[in-house]
Amino acid sequence: MSSQLILEVIGLSKSFGGVKAVDGVSFKVRKGEVFGIIGPNGSGKTTLINTITGFVKPDKGKVIFKGVDITGKPPHEIAGMGIARTFQTARPFLRLPAYKNPVVPLYSSRARKMFLGRYGDRDHVALDLLEEVGFERDSLTPYKPAGTLPHGYLKRLELARCLALKPEVIITDEVFSGLSAAEVASIMPLLEKLNMSGITLIMIEHRLRELFRLAERVMVLEYGVKIAEGTPSEVVGNERVKEAYMGTEVM
Amino acid sequence: MALSEVKRKERIDRPIKVHSDDMYVLASFKTMLYLAGPRIFPALTLLIIPLLVPSVYTVRVVIASCVIAMLAMNFDFLLHSVGLVSLGGALFFGLGAYTAGSLNYYYGINPYITMPMGTLIGAAIATLLLLPCLPLRGIYFALVTLIFPLFFSKIIEATLILGGTDGLIGIKSMVEGFPHPFDLWIEAYLIISATLLTLFTLRRIYRCTDLGLVLNAIKDNDQAVKASGINITLYKALAVFIAALPSSFAGAYVTHLYNWVGLSHWSLDYSILPIAASVVGGMGTIAGPMLGSFILVPLAEYLREFGSLRVAFYAMALVAFIVLWPEGIINWLSRKYHQLERWVKV
Repeated sequence: MSSQLILEVIGLSKSFGGVKAVDGVSFKVRKGEVFGIIGPNGSGKTTLINTITGFVKPDKGKVIFKGVDITGKPPHEIAGMGIARTFQTARPFLRLPAYKNPVVPLYSSRARKMFLGRYGDRDHVALDLLEEVGFERDSLTPYKPAGTLPHGYLKRLELARCLALKPEVIITDEVFSGLSAAEVASIMPLLEKLNMSGITLIMIEHRLRELFRLAERVMVLEYGVKIAEGTPSEVVGNERVKEAYMGTEVM
Repeated sequence: MALSEVKRKERIDRPIKVHSDDMYVLASFKTMLYLAGPRIFPALTLLIIPLLVPSVYTVRVVIASCVIAMLAMNFDFLLHSVGLVSLGGALFFGLGAYTAGSLNYYYGINPYITMPMGTLIGAAIATLLLLPCLPLRGIYFALVTLIFPLFFSKIIEATLILGGTDGLIGIKSMVEGFPHPFDLWIEAYLIISATLLTLFTLRRIYRCTDLGLVLNAIKDNDQAVKASGINITLYKALAVFIAALPSSFAGAYVTHLYNWVGLSHWSLDYSILPIAASVVGGMGTIAGPMLGSFILVPLAEYLREFGSLRVAFYAMALVAFIVLWPEGIINWLSRKYHQLERWVKV
């Protein structure tokens, strides 16, 4: 078992007013694994991600990425270190053609370092990235305005935006939400492929069945507190988790 | 009637535009003229006016329109490329004016050096001043840009630095020693070429470059740009600097045009008038605000005959423009232009 740590979160807390959105959460993610974060609505999953990626400053606690303390750094620096993220509601640049979407992250200093020897072929790199996430290269799809694409493509576009950073970690925020079963089935192999290529995936998810097929370990949050962590089968068997999801009356 | 003589109407742009909105097929010089005409014709008109009518009054009206046009394009660029609402026309203008003016007044530097210096230094100071405010959005950024010119004019008024309330009088003219029509032409063509350069450069940055792309993405969705590892404050600062350049140039230019720089260079007119021009002309097009300036400034001049009633007439005209052409004149014109029809044989 490869036990090399890539991300370590220690006692992270964030409250908004009197509400403790994230309350002393600690966990460790190993390099190359798929780590799931689940929990009922409002359990602080997205806030946790926002705190890790710098969009929200934590009140307490530490985030350590490859041995470096990244707590409270601005989002672009954290992204620049190789932690890419998607958003819960896909947020592509709607008015740009699809293939121009990954061009934006190609302007970051990280992408400059990782990708391009010379100036001017960003469009080609962007088209390659789109192909990698499943856009048909020879069709018109990559050239349509992002706002006109179906939802499944928007999620792929989000992933392409992440890949443009050549990330070591991708944090997906409900990448399956709002997708049809067919679309989910087509994105699953893509995520597996990314993971095989060495990218560590941290996935927030509501669709447990799909997540459990991918994830090696899962953490469960409730009201901002970690209530369980382990392999999917361990977590499913956990009484505390059943309570959180289904209330105290278990059938 | 023979079949070949049956004619029907067809839109001129039909054969030129193919499927998608921005793909064109250039077939002939005629179609190229159809596309380039709306760009070339106004530019040529503007260039010819000072030659045809070399009267001081006409040329001064053209110059005043150009100055407001440069400020209006700056407003439009910031609003529609990065989504910053800037009321800072007077800030950029005043900084350019005072920089060029003081350089000439205190150090006797040649106007043709102080103008570019005023442009660069003015824009750089403005960018540095606004740098801490760039994370602010919407109305907050607008307020800060509005306050700075007031702040500067009050400081100069209170401490009497830089000429105090009288301003710096006796700044060197940019056309000293030139015979009559030439001095006018130098003044006119300097600002006209600067205006056209600004127009085409800003449009190019906005529509065709990857810088424009990143700026546009920030306007669309700044969170995703941050998540893309891009420091958006840096890019916003770059946009402010680009937009401040023409405005500061206008300030430096006016200083050497009237050989004076004073408190009225911080006047709110330079912030508000460009916005009115943008609304009248059609926002988001860069060309629209310029057109708007060339309507509003001559209109204001024409209304001088009416004495103090002119402001009332001016306001009425503004309302009329906004009610009749809410989309902006340029958008209306361009729609009509694309709907032009011609007779073709069936």
